[in-house]
Amino acid sequence: MNYETVIGLEVHLQLSTNTKAFCGCSTKFGQPPNSQTCPVCLGFPGSLPVLNEEAFNYAIKVALALNCKIQDLIKFDRKNYYYPDLPKNFQISQYDMPLSYDGFVDISSGAKRKRIRIKRVHLEEDAGKLMHPAGENYSLVDYNRGGMPLLEIVTEPDLSSPEEAYDYLTKLKSILGYLKVSDCDMEKGSLRCDANISVRPRGETKLGTKVELKNMNSFKGVKLGLEYESKRQVAAIGDNEKLVQETRLWDVEKNITVSMRSKEEAQDYRYFPEPDLVPFVVDKITIEKVRKDLPELPEAKTDRFVKEFGLSEYDANVLTSDVDFAGYFETCARSYKNAKTIANWLMGDIMAQMNTRNAGIKELGLTADGLVALLKMIDSQAISGKMAKEVLLEAIETKKDPAIVVKEKGLSQISDSSKIEEVVSVVISREAKTVADYKNGKKAAITFLIGQIMKETRGKANPGLVNEILKKKLGE
Amino acid sequence: MEKLQSLTAHRLKELIEKGDVRPSNILSDLFDRIKALDGKVKAFVRVNKPDAAEADRVNKAGKLAGIPITIKDNICVKDEETTCASKILADFKPPYDATVIKKLRAEGAILMGKSNMDEFAFGSSCETSCYGPTKNPWDLERIPGGSSGGSAAAVAADETILALGSDTGGSIRQPASLCGVVGLKPTYGRVSRYGLIAFASSLDQIGPITKDVEDAALLLGVIAGHDEMDSTSVDVPVPDYKRSLVKDVRGLRIGVPKEYFIKGLDKEVEDSVRGAINVLKDLGAKIVDISLPHTEYAVSTYYIIAPAEASSNLARFDGVQYGHRAKTSKDMIDMYIKTRSEGFGNEAKRRILLGTYCLSSGYYDAYYLKAQKVRTRIREDFDKAFGACDLVVTPTSPTAAFKIGEKMDDPLSMYLSDIYTIPANLAGLPAMSIPCGFSKNSLPIGMQILAKPFDEETIFRAAYTFEQNTEFHKQKPKL
Repeated sequence: MNYETVIGLEVHLQLSTNTKAFCGCSTKFGQPPNSQTCPVCLGFPGSLPVLNEEAFNYAIKVALALNCKIQDLIKFDRKNYYYPDLPKNFQISQYDMPLSYDGFVDISSGAKRKRIRIKRVHLEEDAGKLMHPAGENYSLVDYNRGGMPLLEIVTEPDLSSPEEAYDYLTKLKSILGYLKVSDCDMEKGSLRCDANISVRPRGETKLGTKVELKNMNSFKGVKLGLEYESKRQVAAIGDNEKLVQETRLWDVEKNITVSMRSKEEAQDYRYFPEPDLVPFVVDKITIEKVRKDLPELPEAKTDRFVKEFGLSEYDANVLTSDVDFAGYFETCARSYKNAKTIANWLMGDIMAQMNTRNAGIKELGLTADGLVALLKMIDSQAISGKMAKEVLLEAIETKKDPAIVVKEKGLSQISDSSKIEEVVSVVISREAKTVADYKNGKKAAITFLIGQIMKETRGKANPGLVNEILKKKLGE
Repeated sequence: MEKLQSLTAHRLKELIEKGDVRPSNILSDLFDRIKALDGKVKAFVRVNKPDAAEADRVNKAGKLAGIPITIKDNICVKDEETTCASKILADFKPPYDATVIKKLRAEGAILMGKSNMDEFAFGSSCETSCYGPTKNPWDLERIPGGSSGGSAAAVAADETILALGSDTGGSIRQPASLCGVVGLKPTYGRVSRYGLIAFASSLDQIGPITKDVEDAALLLGVIAGHDEMDSTSVDVPVPDYKRSLVKDVRGLRIGVPKEYFIKGLDKEVEDSVRGAINVLKDLGAKIVDISLPHTEYAVSTYYIIAPAEASSNLARFDGVQYGHRAKTSKDMIDMYIKTRSEGFGNEAKRRILLGTYCLSSGYYDAYYLKAQKVRTRIREDFDKAFGACDLVVTPTSPTAAFKIGEKMDDPLSMYLSDIYTIPANLAGLPAMSIPCGFSKNSLPIGMQILAKPFDEETIFRAAYTFEQNTEFHKQKPKL
């Protein structure tokens, strides 16, 4: 039988506000354990939460960028469960009235465009981090992360393949990058993703038995986990096994999913309205102001790049996938006319470097001015295209300006015809035999002569000029 | 010269300002009194020994300069043990001051120590404390009321000048009534709850327990006000409550709800309260019969909402960060179970179970949600009533103080002690208990005065007028 996969994703996003969601503690990463805590985020008796306005505004920003509706009345709820990383043994979250709902994200999977509905976006607080020292019979807890603002973004079950899930995450990350509200770093844990996945015979409208999949640490992990899980479920049905609603974990070492708990063991969170935070009505003017202040988002930028720079939609799409990358392109395009050339370099050698170094355009250390200078050197034939590629590598490697690399290496191309004529004359008189061969009709002999000239100039002679001058001199 | 410990704060303030009395003199009289009496009354769980010389150097400009005050043991005082009279918070020293404590310090008040209470404020008799019961200064065989029983007993026994209590369902007013002192639960949001160890967040308020109405006005003036640390505190300007202390109730409309004078109300209490209403009438107040039809549901509504919130608020006491932790445990769950089993007393366990049950999936709608709806009805009853009257007057407690142990095995009858005080918490209204009579056993009886939200001023006016025209507040227990 032919099966289709139904996937919904739940993304937890740590917002990069200066302070935590309900207290004034710093949100800086990598600080000594429990150094960024106060009675409020430690849940000390008598302490009370106060909502961080910045976190709320970030949440609204994301909600609007994901085309969501904003709730008229904002309220928070308590999600009650016991765990040592949760100092109050309840999490301040939003239950029946998420701050926003009913949005969408458009993704393009290959050539296909698809709209993924966003069910809800809500604000909550993060938990601390448990550490289990090896060989010890105790655990330690670091509450620095506790109370950081977390946004939960939940899709409808609109994703129909692991690839689409991957594309959705990529698109979401791209949008979030434009909004500058989060690091979106899955490895650092600032973006976490859980998935709900089920399979059903194609054409069936009822959803199959759902599995919640956790513990994926990268977008690729999400894709691999979903691929495995989809196959596992189809195989189980084929073997007449009964699928159970459960939570499974992705085992990144073994590349399999393993059962964590069944639905029967699921917890009762005893949600109820958080009485320490007063529900409030969001000011419509504030929302409109946030909406107005939203930056140009990837799709709008793609359209503009096509129109303004005459790029293909594919190129524009690639360039706008990351806000810094797009910004870099535009900076270059301001001082260099041929946008397509910039795009080719960015999407070719530069992107390759970003990938091998796992770095963003900013970390690469190549300034837009530097790149433009390099492109102009090619145009003025000061260097060859081949040399430019080497210069680029060297510039990235040494974090030096390309122009300086060219100078230091003495790489600049010799385009002075009198200098080239000199070298050509020397070679012609030295290689009389080859010259004679050429003159006797062995046209291929010219390649040898050019090689000798390039050798004399250590490859810096402008090949076009060499060719021209040599032919002229041989013809005399 | 009179014994300083029996004077009011406003009188002592005058004496200090005139230079007739030094704060150290008051402290010394109080400590003599505590030494002589508290072994019997057991109002305190911890007595501070403030430095006498330092006390005398207090900033004289403060509104409470040099005035000693006793704090209920559920209000955080920086680096001083704060336990809610529970074993689970044994040795817990908060790293911060509650907002009310900061305000008291800023106005020059002297913190005398911590008073006894029902464990986590769960009780109406001060008997559920892990330190053992406080006794009623009027009859040491009887309970002082609760949960702020220690604060009320300390004020009644002249072991302190002022006290702070907290009131979730009557925990300031009922002990004030039973100990013959003044107790005020302010409007919800009038006083910051930051640093008050929460029982039920949507009901809790800190308030004064004092010897007379003027002291209550003085103390409320110091602790009231918006606090950025408490989102539920309301940004309404704090009036000068002293201006409300006028001897005049002419034209005030006083509502008397028929639902409060029912079966279960002790005859002597009813007679005293009706007598008090007549006093107000004779002084020119207009008495209006009113109805608060949802009153009968108040206790059951309260016993869903309050334990529900408590079950969540008390979840943090798990032995991980502070307080009691079971000595040996197999694993994490075992540590939770043992710690909480050992740390909480029976009443706390009862309420945590009750609240957990009410919030459980499948029961939430039938209990918690329904209770919230009834709560709205109760609030609407008052909104409507306050169209016809300015104040509502009722008994504070259906009976005078009962015997220690009398209701400990009968939680329902214990819960009914708060039948008249609970509605003010559910509706968020300000309410005060003032002495209005004595039983034939010489036990104090209190009258409750309720007003519209943020209208403490009208309560002060009526209470002050009543007090100035009667002698009940001048009576002292014979200890």
